[in-house]
Amino acid sequence: MTETLFINARLIDPVALTDTMGALLVRDGKIVEIYETAPDAKGAQIIDCGGKCLAPGIIDIGVKVSEPGERHKESFRSAGRAAAAGGVTTIVTRPDTLPAIDTPETLEFVERRAQADAPVHVLPMAALTKGRMGREMTEIGFLQDAGAVAFSDADRVVTDTKVFSRALTYARSLDALVIGHTQDPGLSKGAAVTSGKFASLRGLPGVTPMAERMALDRDIALLEMTGARYHASQITTARALPALERAKRNGLNITAGVGIHHLTLNEMDVADYRTFFKVKPPLRSEDDRIAVVQAVADGLIDIICSMHTPQDEESKRLPYEEAASGAVGLETLLPAALRLYHADMIDLPRLFRALSLNPARLLRLDAGRLREGAPADLILFDPDAPFQLDRTQLLSKSKNTPFDGARMQGKVLGTWVDGDRIWEKS
Amino acid sequence: MTFRAKHLLGIEHLHPTEITTLLDLADRYADHNRRGVAHRDVLAGMTQINMFFENSTRTQASFEIAGKRLGADVMNMGMQASSIKKGETLIDTALTLNAMHPDLLVVRHPHSGAVDLLAQKVNCAVLNAGDGKHEHPTQALLDALTIRRAKGRLHRLSIAICGDVAHSRVARSNIMLLGKMENRIRLIAPPTLMPSGMNEFGCEVFEDMEEGLKDVDVVMMLRLQKERMDGGFIPSEREYFHRYGLDAAKLAHAKPDAIVMHPGPMNRGVEIDGTIADDINRSVIQEQVEMGVAVRMAAMDLLAQNLRAARALPQGIMA
Repeated sequence: MTETLFINARLIDPVALTDTMGALLVRDGKIVEIYETAPDAKGAQIIDCGGKCLAPGIIDIGVKVSEPGERHKESFRSAGRAAAAGGVTTIVTRPDTLPAIDTPETLEFVERRAQADAPVHVLPMAALTKGRMGREMTEIGFLQDAGAVAFSDADRVVTDTKVFSRALTYARSLDALVIGHTQDPGLSKGAAVTSGKFASLRGLPGVTPMAERMALDRDIALLEMTGARYHASQITTARALPALERAKRNGLNITAGVGIHHLTLNEMDVADYRTFFKVKPPLRSEDDRIAVVQAVADGLIDIICSMHTPQDEESKRLPYEEAASGAVGLETLLPAALRLYHADMIDLPRLFRALSLNPARLLRLDAGRLREGAPADLILFDPDAPFQLDRTQLLSKSKNTPFDGARMQGKVLGTWVDGDRIWEKS
Repeated sequence: MTFRAKHLLGIEHLHPTEITTLLDLADRYADHNRRGVAHRDVLAGMTQINMFFENSTRTQASFEIAGKRLGADVMNMGMQASSIKKGETLIDTALTLNAMHPDLLVVRHPHSGAVDLLAQKVNCAVLNAGDGKHEHPTQALLDALTIRRAKGRLHRLSIAICGDVAHSRVARSNIMLLGKMENRIRLIAPPTLMPSGMNEFGCEVFEDMEEGLKDVDVVMMLRLQKERMDGGFIPSEREYFHRYGLDAAKLAHAKPDAIVMHPGPMNRGVEIDGTIADDINRSVIQEQVEMGVAVRMAAMDLLAQNLRAARALPQGIMA
């Protein structure tokens, strides 16, 4: 029996939405008790948190680990270490690898590699359609038995509504979670930025923000028809929010997420064709950013994720239209999210509701909360500690972060998974 | 010295005094070109490479003549055929060329921002000869010089830019330049060929051509880029000509002394009636070509001066 007592901690509780000083006892990998004042240690190992924040570890849905296929961009080892350093205790991997994760056999490869090399929990997603081609559904039942926690074609939209409605119907019979990418494929074809003044100024092909709402409207109609469990991976525009709100009010089984880059950056950050700011969907206007941050604070958007997408230098050092999309985010997710806290746009419990609690609820995990019986997946962090990000110091194999050189606040001091310390700030 | 730029990548970052400096010099070159005065010492000993990743006859010829008139050693590289097909990236191509120590690099590329990217990787002066749908600065400068010579000024004019604004780098550079010099800009296009957010640039936007042309001093037509019409932006060429082609009836809404411009090459009977294009009392299209050489001479002259000044600095002080 091993016991660890965290004392003098600022406890961030996303369930009760409280931010109070206290202590927390961990025994055999589980949280067993929470105290207002620290009890007698009685032989437990004591960790003095020094008044810093203790919060449930982040559960990041939609992380791209480039195994199989592009291990030079990111491996389970490098992604796992990056996650640990970033305060992410569970990563939910995307199936858009080479090849796609669309059979129980490839899923087993992912689980085996993760088990061997990653210090954090890894839960795999599987593709919804074979090869992510949008034509035939995958073996959803077998994949679920093999451990797939959700089904998604990642950044591809299943354009054939008949295929998608059947997949949703079949998924419902298994109570499987389907994650959708909400971008109308016709309007967004070839787009590199969001349409508007900036796109016109730079002469880049743009997509109207309406493309997101159109795709969300379509998926909502299909949910009404099929009753499936559905999560929209990234809602990034103000115009999509009323549709989301209405669907939730009508009792549909729908949740929504947003990537950290859409909460902290806007289209103008692309400036002179900086390809590290090219993400999918493209960065939006400042008005959209503010609206989406507010939706997270209000709980309309449930989840914040990093949308961690490693890309090597070669795929980014190209003219903007030709450059690859995506940014790494595991290590910058927390300090970037804390920008919203420091800007007084959201408090810490609500931030961790979106980073930890809601992802856990969506995946039906016990983690993501400071509660008796929950796994001791914890992070200790100083929300105020300032630093300047140097991308060469990232643990990810790929260094494609838009925050290179940025002044940020918030350092992870320690990360625990099932009560074991897997990372400590040196 | 009021032209400090290292490269000429676009109009966006030029100051109005820099534009005026360049146009004043180009004006003198234009007169000298007419009189046959040579200036072969200006770029003597310098190497100019024209790198065109996209087809061009006119612009490339104009840059070549400008360089040769100033005494540069000019080399043309047709890039569609060579290294791209072999899979070389733009940056590798840039680094390879840079190792040959050229002094002036003239680049055209089909992607917006590609010339900016290339300029970051080389030590010489880079001139943007058109990048995607972004900028074509020497075209805007030659248009400005043509207007200034025809109208006697380059401010407080009412200027209409008509046609395929959405796909036109010429339009973007002109909007920026003419805006910086405090002119009224009216954009005329079918809504499918008008990029979004243009009113935020301080332009007036018109879908009706006759309304848009009312009392303007300058009518600037754009080429309808047929190769970019893949999405069916307009129903047909003949309907386009009927509604947006410049003919005598539509031109009658402009001021009686309004000039007609076109960056070339023209599609006669699509965006402009042949008789208008050939009307020596209205059309300044041939002058635009003439001013093109003068403007490019001026631009290369100024950039070469800055390049020499930078190279003359002792090592380490500005590094």
